Amino acid sequence: MSTPTRRRTVRSGGLSLAVFEQGDPAAPTVLLVHGYPDTHAVWDDVAADLARDHHVVRYDVRGAGESGAPAGRDGYRLEHLAEDLFAVAEAVSPDEPVHLVAHDWGSIQSWEAVTAPGAERRIASYTTMSGPCLDHTGHWLRHRLRRPTPRHLGQLLHQGLHSWYITAFHLPYLAPAAWRLGLARAWPRVLRDLEHVTPRAGHPGPSLRRDAVRGIELYRANFRPTMGRPRERPTEVPVQLVTLTRDRYVGTYLSEGLERWVPNLTRRTLHAGHWSALLEKGATVAGLVREFTARTAAERAGNGRPAEGDGRLAVVTGGGSGIGRATALALAEDGARVVVCDLDLAAAERTAELASLVGPKAHAYRVDVADGAAMDAFAQAVAAEHGVPDVLVNNAGIGHSGTFLQTTEKEWQRVLDVNLWGVIHGCRAFGTLMADRGRGGHLVNVSSAAAYLPSKALTAYATSKAAVFMLSDCLRAEFTAHGIGVSTICPGIVNTNITRTSTFSATTAAEQAAKQARAARLYARRGFPPEKVADAIVRAVRTGRAVVPVTPEAKVARFLSRLSPGLLRLAARLNVT
Amino acid sequence: MAAMPAFPYTERDLARFREVQQLAYHCAEQVAAWIEPGVTERQTTAELRRRLVAAGVQDFFHVPFAWFGDRTAFRHFRTPLQFFAGSRRLEEGMPYVLDCAPIVDGYTADIGYGGKVGENRVWDRLAADLAVYRELILAEVRARKPLNEVYAAVDAQIAAHGYDNRHRVYPGRVIGHQVTRTTVRGPAGVNVFGFGVRTLQTLGRELVTERLHGRSPLWADGRSSRHAPTPGLWAVEPHIGFRGVGIKFEELLVVTEDDAHWLDDDLPHVRRWTAAGQEATSTRTDAVEAAR
Repeated sequence: MSTPTRRRTVRSGGLSLAVFEQGDPAAPTVLLVHGYPDTHAVWDDVAADLARDHHVVRYDVRGAGESGAPAGRDGYRLEHLAEDLFAVAEAVSPDEPVHLVAHDWGSIQSWEAVTAPGAERRIASYTTMSGPCLDHTGHWLRHRLRRPTPRHLGQLLHQGLHSWYITAFHLPYLAPAAWRLGLARAWPRVLRDLEHVTPRAGHPGPSLRRDAVRGIELYRANFRPTMGRPRERPTEVPVQLVTLTRDRYVGTYLSEGLERWVPNLTRRTLHAGHWSALLEKGATVAGLVREFTARTAAERAGNGRPAEGDGRLAVVTGGGSGIGRATALALAEDGARVVVCDLDLAAAERTAELASLVGPKAHAYRVDVADGAAMDAFAQAVAAEHGVPDVLVNNAGIGHSGTFLQTTEKEWQRVLDVNLWGVIHGCRAFGTLMADRGRGGHLVNVSSAAAYLPSKALTAYATSKAAVFMLSDCLRAEFTAHGIGVSTICPGIVNTNITRTSTFSATTAAEQAAKQARAARLYARRGFPPEKVADAIVRAVRTGRAVVPVTPEAKVARFLSRLSPGLLRLAARLNVT
Repeated sequence: MAAMPAFPYTERDLARFREVQQLAYHCAEQVAAWIEPGVTERQTTAELRRRLVAAGVQDFFHVPFAWFGDRTAFRHFRTPLQFFAGSRRLEEGMPYVLDCAPIVDGYTADIGYGGKVGENRVWDRLAADLAVYRELILAEVRARKPLNEVYAAVDAQIAAHGYDNRHRVYPGRVIGHQVTRTTVRGPAGVNVFGFGVRTLQTLGRELVTERLHGRSPLWADGRSSRHAPTPGLWAVEPHIGFRGVGIKFEELLVVTEDDAHWLDDDLPHVRRWTAAGQEATSTRTDAVEAAR
């Protein structure tokens, strides 16, 4: 460890708390709060990294490590834990509010502090991992019990199965005995085998057995009282929620609807387990914290919407018009920085200009997605100038109509080059960046209802889109190990200019123009706006939904393709152009 | 079929039309200066009507309209009744649109005035881009393109800009309509569904006579507008929107047998564009001088 650690003691509620400081005291203060059964040592890597440009403060919470332990169960109530937190913050940074970072039980108690009235005066920002606010969770449970939809019941069941240990902790004798009779000794192996944490000297600390037994009181003192009668706990503090994709204890959907309580919420995903996030990816966590403290500090100074948005970066191909443009705007409105590319640079620039009006500053590039080398160069340029994207929307595509015998080799190549190779190049170039960074991400591939709706008149187009559909399914299976989600969007008939650029096999220029005009009229009459597809894409990025048919006809076709594919094979014989 | 009618107005008529249009825009500007956060749409149309009547207006082609906030982009409009001024209150940063059509001695104006209170970057962009449509429409009409094709050209420009066509929300999807000198003797000041009784009489008569010539006094994108611009006066009202902001202008276009021009260039939105153009030029000059 490069920076020396200074130890001091802070008194709170009759107990003495062991506080550890690193870094320049004049720099912004970051306060790290550990969970159960840990001590401040769980933050070693994160603290060392942050100490380069922050005043890093950690402490052992009451009952753990070198801090004192309260006599009874009541001493472990959340209000006392929050008082400790404020006492430490007051002692180490009396004039400036602190940036709070917390994990597990540290996060639960920090929520208590963050949602206290007026907390925004003492807490500048809050980065939370794997520890929800118990009041918010109480409301979450109530909402799902009141509206027991299959989805809600599934979530309740899933979270219930992952919370068995909470019930176990409420039973007398069992949990303390387990810790005393061997679990503490076995803990390093649990971390190694179940949590994929490389064993290291000094962790877990020598006080583990005592801390683990005492800390059971955290569960017993707080779960039933708070969850049984949840309070309304909103907060003005900017919160960064880091969801750990391989967390065994806290389900990702526990944070669904958190915006109700936290208007200024930033969601990030980290591909890591409950403990491996801190013990294996400390530098990545420190990077997330650094970004967030810088951004909230700028927001405080500027008193307004930051030019940086919520920190997410999204890339949209074919962003010059139609679904691409609408998606770029929707993502910008949602707070993401957007980079759009298109063959038509002027159109892409226009999209970027509009996106900058409704969101953070956006940028435009001229790229031919069919050109693999150009896509690689584009990905490198984006990474160098704007960073690694969190979202990639492979939207660029062209329409083509013609039966198999009418379609020439050249036409086949053009359709496959743009519609299929464009997606492959995008996923390869940007997927590699996302996987290397290790923070997860999301790929959105715009396929089509034609992917599962055969038609003799759309042979090349439907083939290319079906390939994208399957490509996405295979990618999803591979990328899940990297925490990268993949969504396939099947829009259906949407009113965009794809009809104006579509080509038709075996037609003269005049016939083609007439057919384009006819198709455009049909699409305009259908009148389904690209903005609704964009909304579906933004939702898919948030929920990680795998396959999203958008228009009613796309949904019906999807249903029929599974119920009765033979019927669709018959319908494919109809002449639709 | 009858031959193409000659241009039916004298210079004197045009001068009177110009006067009424100036009067209408003048009143709109006065209301724009009066308007402030807290007033409702209904209060605004009442103020607009009061000022118009005080300036000598005798009848209205249609009742005055005022739209605030996202109503300027006709968001969530389901029924035509929603066009009428409502109880929406103006707030800081909101865009607004005033639309009125006063008649003096049978000479009709029909104007649209877009504004904002406070800061609104989206509005600024839309307001600047609106200039493109004034030039485009004039160029297309001077080329004597069929009116439905002009409409399509405007649509293509709107798509390129990334905006929404909002004039298609108007009854009949119209971007414009013909304006004549009303000579009928119905009761002045009485309106049905927002349109003056005299307007409806005139419009009804026009619909019939124009129909006989295979033309329409309403300018939309359908089959009935598939004809060259009819000589006469057209109130043209391109209305564009982006997210919760809409803006339009509406003014009279003079179409002669072989040419066309805007009745008047001395209007608030044109003056705004000219000023912005000069400012841009002078900033550029400043930059050049600073570079020296």
